[in-house]
This record gives sequence, C-alpha cells and structure tokens, in this order.
Amino acid sequence: MLDADFFRRWMTVTAASVDREAERLTALDSPIGDADHGSNLQRGFTAVTAALEKETPDTPGGVLTLAGRQLISTVGGASGPLYGTLLRRTGKALGDAAEVSADQLAQALRAGVDAVMTLGGATPGDATMIDALVPAVDALGTSFSAARTAAEEGAVATTPMQARKGRASYVGERSIGHQDPGATSSALLVAALAEAAGE
Amino acid sequence: MSDARLVGIVLVSHSAEVASSVAAMAKGLAGGGPAVPVAPAGGTESGGLGTSAELIAAAAASVDRGAGVAVLADLGSAVLTVKALLAEGDELPERTRLVDAPFVEGAVAAVVTAASGADLAAVASAAAEAYTYRKV
Repeated sequence: MLDADFFRRWMTVTAASVDREAERLTALDSPIGDADHGSNLQRGFTAVTAALEKETPDTPGGVLTLAGRQLISTVGGASGPLYGTLLRRTGKALGDAAEVSADQLAQALRAGVDAVMTLGGATPGDATMIDALVPAVDALGTSFSAARTAAEEGAVATTPMQARKGRASYVGERSIGHQDPGATSSALLVAALAEAAGE
Repeated sequence: MSDARLVGIVLVSHSAEVASSVAAMAKGLAGGGPAVPVAPAGGTESGGLGTSAELIAAAAASVDRGAGVAVLADLGSAVLTVKALLAEGDELPERTRLVDAPFVEGAVAAVVTAASGADLAAVASAAAEAYTYRKV
C-alpha cells in the first residue's frame, strides 16, 4: 500500500529530477516553444516541495491536490495548469484514504490524464505530454518500472510527430524531428514515481 | 455605486502591457455611460511574459459586482489557467465565465455590451460574435 509519505517522496524526487534536467527541458523547448519549460517546472516543483514541508498533508489525495494547486498558481506557463490538473484530479480521485493500492493509483492517474486531455484538447499523437502519460498509465497495471519505460518510449516517439497543440503547433511541420518537452517532463514524473517505489 | 449591477470584465494576456492597453482601449471605445468594471491580468507576478493564477483571481474579485464576471484570454497558458481555476470551483467569483472570443475585438464588444447593463450571457455572446466579423 502507498501512503502519504510515498506520495511526498514522489514529489520530492520529481523536483530533484526537474532541477537536474531543467536545462535539457528548456533546450528541447527552444526550437519549437518559448524556451521556458525547464525553468517553469523548476519554479513549480520548488513551490510544491516547500508547500508540502509547510502543510504536511496526511493522505495521498491531500499530497497530490496540494501539489497540483501549487503548480497551477506558480508555474506561469501552460505546463502549470496542465500538470496542476493532472495531480489535482488524480488526488481528488484518491479521496481521503490514508493508504491506496497501486491499482487505485493507476485508476486515479487515468482520471487525471483524462482531465488533462479535456483541458488541453490533446489526444495521443499530437506530440504532447499525453503521448508519455497514456502509455505509462496503461503499463502501470504491470509495474512502476514498466510505466517508466512506457513513458520514456512515449516521449521518444513524439520526435517524428508534428505538434498539434500549443506554441509548438505554430511552427507546423518544422516541429517534426523534435522530441516534445512536455512528453519529456512527463517521462521524468513517471520515472520519479518508479524511483519513489524503489523500482 | 452606479455600476452596482454591471457585469465585470477580466482581460488575461501573456503580457501586462497588452492586457492593460486592451482594457484602456475597450473602456475608451465604450464612450460615456456607466463605467464598466474592467481589470487586466497580464504577465506573471514578477512582470515577465506568462500567466499568473494569482493576478487572475485578484482581477476577477476586483470586478465582481454580483452580476457575473466575463473573462477573455489570449493564448495557451492564459486560457488553460482560467479553465483550471474554473475547475477548482472556489478560486474565482461565482458566475465567472471564460468567454470564447478574439481578445481585442471581443474585449471591446464585451465592455460596450456590459455598459448597456446587459447580463453575463449577453456580454459573453456579444464577445463571441466578434469572431464572425471577417476582415477580408
């Protein structure tokens, strides 16, 4: 079973990984976006870890809804409402249980990913975070490490795709050949989940 | 207050200058009559390009006179942040609505319509109608 500490660890590991990879995320965002993805997420997850230290929510749902709220209010770019909605909706789906199973997390995360698709209007194949998250959620039934692999492969698979959403869609066919920054950061989030689970 | 029952308008742009300039232009073009509460929410809190949930929430609260708040947004994160705040439920005044409209033209239509004392639905549809005006 997964408790609030597990989810706190997931957020802390994500923050560390975003810190480490911020330059790469921004570099990926430079040719097709506005070169702020790394710094935006860094600011967001720094705020998430600070809020979790201050407020110490004691349920998995509480940790994720607080984290999502922080991302919406601090990121300043589209990744804020998108990742914020992902975590909040996942947190709300987990309710106020003190512990949740991996299956419950997989179901809740699917609700979160669905909410992101509704919010941003993206579907698989548009070269967005959805292309990493959907395969990850599908693989989560197997194991956390299978989800990590699926997310990483999903992110790499955005390279030949033409971006159809957001700033990158304005560059049209020139977005082909670039790995999507949002799919890349989504793979970091899923990898952090596997790391938090010790896989 | 003379504007006690007018719909409030919030203009959310990636740029503080764009949001405040469009607000000034819409108010100017609305001419005389009652002063519609219009608030810009542009850029990030640190003054950069982007979107601030805090600025949006503060702007919406400042224009709420009880008749509803129409929010117009420019691109990407501006639109997504408003939608995410609306989905939160308690971040924006009751009867706040994101209006599907072109930013500049929609803002002018919204402010002019709100000045006539129209309700939120009429303000929203006037702003949305601005999409139908083709330029060529």
